[in-house]
Amino acid sequence: MDMASLPRAVELASPGARNPRWQPGRPAALHSEIFAPAGEASGVGAALALALDGLRMRGRDAEGAAAEERSVLWVQDAVARRLGGRPYRPGLPKSLRHRLIHVAAKTPEDALFALEEGVRCRDLACVIGEVAGNPRALSFTASRRLSLAAEKHGVPLFLVRLDAEADLSSARMRWQMRAAPSAPPLWNPAAPGLPAWQAQLFRARSHAPGEWTLRTLRDGLAASLPDRVKAVEEASDTTLPRRTA
Amino acid sequence: MAASPPRRIMAIWACDLPLDRWRHSENCKSGEGADAQPLALITETAHGPRINAANAAGHAEGAGRGMMLADARTLCPQLEVRPSDPAGDLAFLERLAVWAQRWGPWSAIDPPDGLLVDVSAVAHLFGGERRLIADVAQLCTARGLSVRSAIAPTAGAAWALAHYAPPGTILCPQDDIAGRLADLPVAALRLDNDVLLVLRRLGLKRLGDLTGVGEGASGRDAIHRRFRNRKSPAANPLIRMDQLMGRVPEPLLPVIPLTAALVQRRLLEPIRHRSLLDTVVADLAEDMARELEGRGEGARRLQLGLWRVDGEVVLRELELAAATRDPDHICRLFAAKLDDVDAGFGIEMLRLRTSWAEPLRIGQADLEAAAEEHGTSLSACIDRLTVRLGADAVQRPVLRASHIPERAQGWQPPLEAEPVQQEELAFHARPLKLLDRAERIAVLYASPDGYPRRFRWRGNVFEVARVEGPERIAPEWWRQKGSARLRDYYRIEDDSGRRYWIYRAGLAGDGRGGEPDWFLQGLFA
Repeated sequence: MDMASLPRAVELASPGARNPRWQPGRPAALHSEIFAPAGEASGVGAALALALDGLRMRGRDAEGAAAEERSVLWVQDAVARRLGGRPYRPGLPKSLRHRLIHVAAKTPEDALFALEEGVRCRDLACVIGEVAGNPRALSFTASRRLSLAAEKHGVPLFLVRLDAEADLSSARMRWQMRAAPSAPPLWNPAAPGLPAWQAQLFRARSHAPGEWTLRTLRDGLAASLPDRVKAVEEASDTTLPRRTA
Repeated sequence: MAASPPRRIMAIWACDLPLDRWRHSENCKSGEGADAQPLALITETAHGPRINAANAAGHAEGAGRGMMLADARTLCPQLEVRPSDPAGDLAFLERLAVWAQRWGPWSAIDPPDGLLVDVSAVAHLFGGERRLIADVAQLCTARGLSVRSAIAPTAGAAWALAHYAPPGTILCPQDDIAGRLADLPVAALRLDNDVLLVLRRLGLKRLGDLTGVGEGASGRDAIHRRFRNRKSPAANPLIRMDQLMGRVPEPLLPVIPLTAALVQRRLLEPIRHRSLLDTVVADLAEDMARELEGRGEGARRLQLGLWRVDGEVVLRELELAAATRDPDHICRLFAAKLDDVDAGFGIEMLRLRTSWAEPLRIGQADLEAAAEEHGTSLSACIDRLTVRLGADAVQRPVLRASHIPERAQGWQPPLEAEPVQQEELAFHARPLKLLDRAERIAVLYASPDGYPRRFRWRGNVFEVARVEGPERIAPEWWRQKGSARLRDYYRIEDDSGRRYWIYRAGLAGDGRGGEPDWFLQGLFA
């Protein structure tokens, strides 16, 4: 028997230690869904930030620089393109600009096909998808296909759902994302700063749900608890045992 | 470069093919035994039996080809009849065509009873064309076939000479074809009977008549007008005449012998045990799969022969529902059939033969399975996406040398090298996504500095909390019209944190249109 897999005493004492809260730098799930409003680029912006965070972690341990040069597939269906526009190379994160492949699918079915082919391709660093609404094709079966393929081939998939209801899905992490006011830049406080998002992790397999304000820094991603959540957390820690998922 | 040798076609006409085959089956010589009596081969038609061929004795009594049997019986009551066998004749002719390739590299059948052999540049192997013809006559006579053959530069001329000239006629390349063939009847043109009837009624009985009429432009024109609706060569004497002269090409379908796929293993040591037999059968199935794959075929019926040391042969047959060449599948099916094989003192040779094969495309089942198992490479992935979605759906953004935002980015196929640029334009801050067309926004309240404090876009009202700008982008005067307006871009963030890129097209009072409009072009992350 593998002794390492058994819970240690400290983990049994505090339930949070065995099922830790998510934080940047933890290995991301291979299939994440991000629900975001269509009128802003927060969903795909956060997806790129999470993807880069995951790539940075992976690049640090084994594969190194090879992973940094692999392409990123960005799939959009027609409605998502009309609502949110196409990726714009000068505005992309610097490490992605030269390795983006864009797929303009017409229907959600084509987009799902492209996503599945993408996660099957071992030469891709990650796959970003944008699908608007709740199309019939994106059923639980379809999301399960995507999860299994992503986990089989180890290619992370971030599926951004624009203006969608949180229906049945087998995604391992499900986020609700919207834009948050950015921190004022140092030299011009009246200007918009580096992007920030209000992120709510409402369903995850290996993490407790929670809410954060994600901020991109010059060299990575930072998460801080929003003020009102902080207050609730402190209160619940003293009165109620923390729920484990 | 030397000119290619002139084309030489040999026509062989087996003038008595059905009767020759009948004599062969009766094992009698011409005019002896059963052939001494008047005999006719008949076919049943809607109007009663009709004579297909009659032997020499029958001809002497008045029976002829194409006659009704009842008419012939009135002339010769003792006429014997046998059914004719046109399908068997055709099959025999096909085998004969393959056999006739001993005289030339390819041969074609000329139903119902002729062959065409291409003997260009091979006559010297037989000692000249005259000896070649003699060789044909000698070998065919030895097989019991009466043939007439001729050699000419075109298939049409060779056919005409074989049928209507003395046997063994040779038309040299330098001969005048029209002159040599002028005395032959028009039937030598291989025309349909109704056309021959028309020509006879026109008084055109010899090829010379036809060429004589055809000499003058008006004569050829007249024939052309009469047969203007006849596109088929067999119905149009002008086309046939041109083919005979070699003025238009005449495609022929050569006969190619097909052999059944066959693999065999001779064993050094006779085998007596089932496990060894299974191994050898698996080897044979692998060989057969490779052989069939090379032919692009799949097996429908397989025959496995096991030769035993004591002279016995065990045969096992297998029929398959669909063409296949999967060795595992074949082995599994044969395994059930080999349970009752008696090996005796041992099996020394095994042979696997495909007696019935069907075309089977070469599939890429393995590629698909490998992709399922190990993932695809980038190029395979792009191929799959391109095939389903189209080439312009899978693209890579590349930079272009322009500072107009929508022109600063182009698209190209994903695996092509990026175009070389002297220098990348360094922009201040650009949005993550750009709308395909900038969308007009309605400014509800603008600050005195000029940027909007509140605007409406897609039915929602946005309160601008923070702003940076303007970044002025002038039109490209070397490309755009003089009336193009400059743009003042603002990077804004509203009170809930949504970040956009908006611009004002033009300035108030710049003389290039009315009041400037506001547009939203990009979405920041």
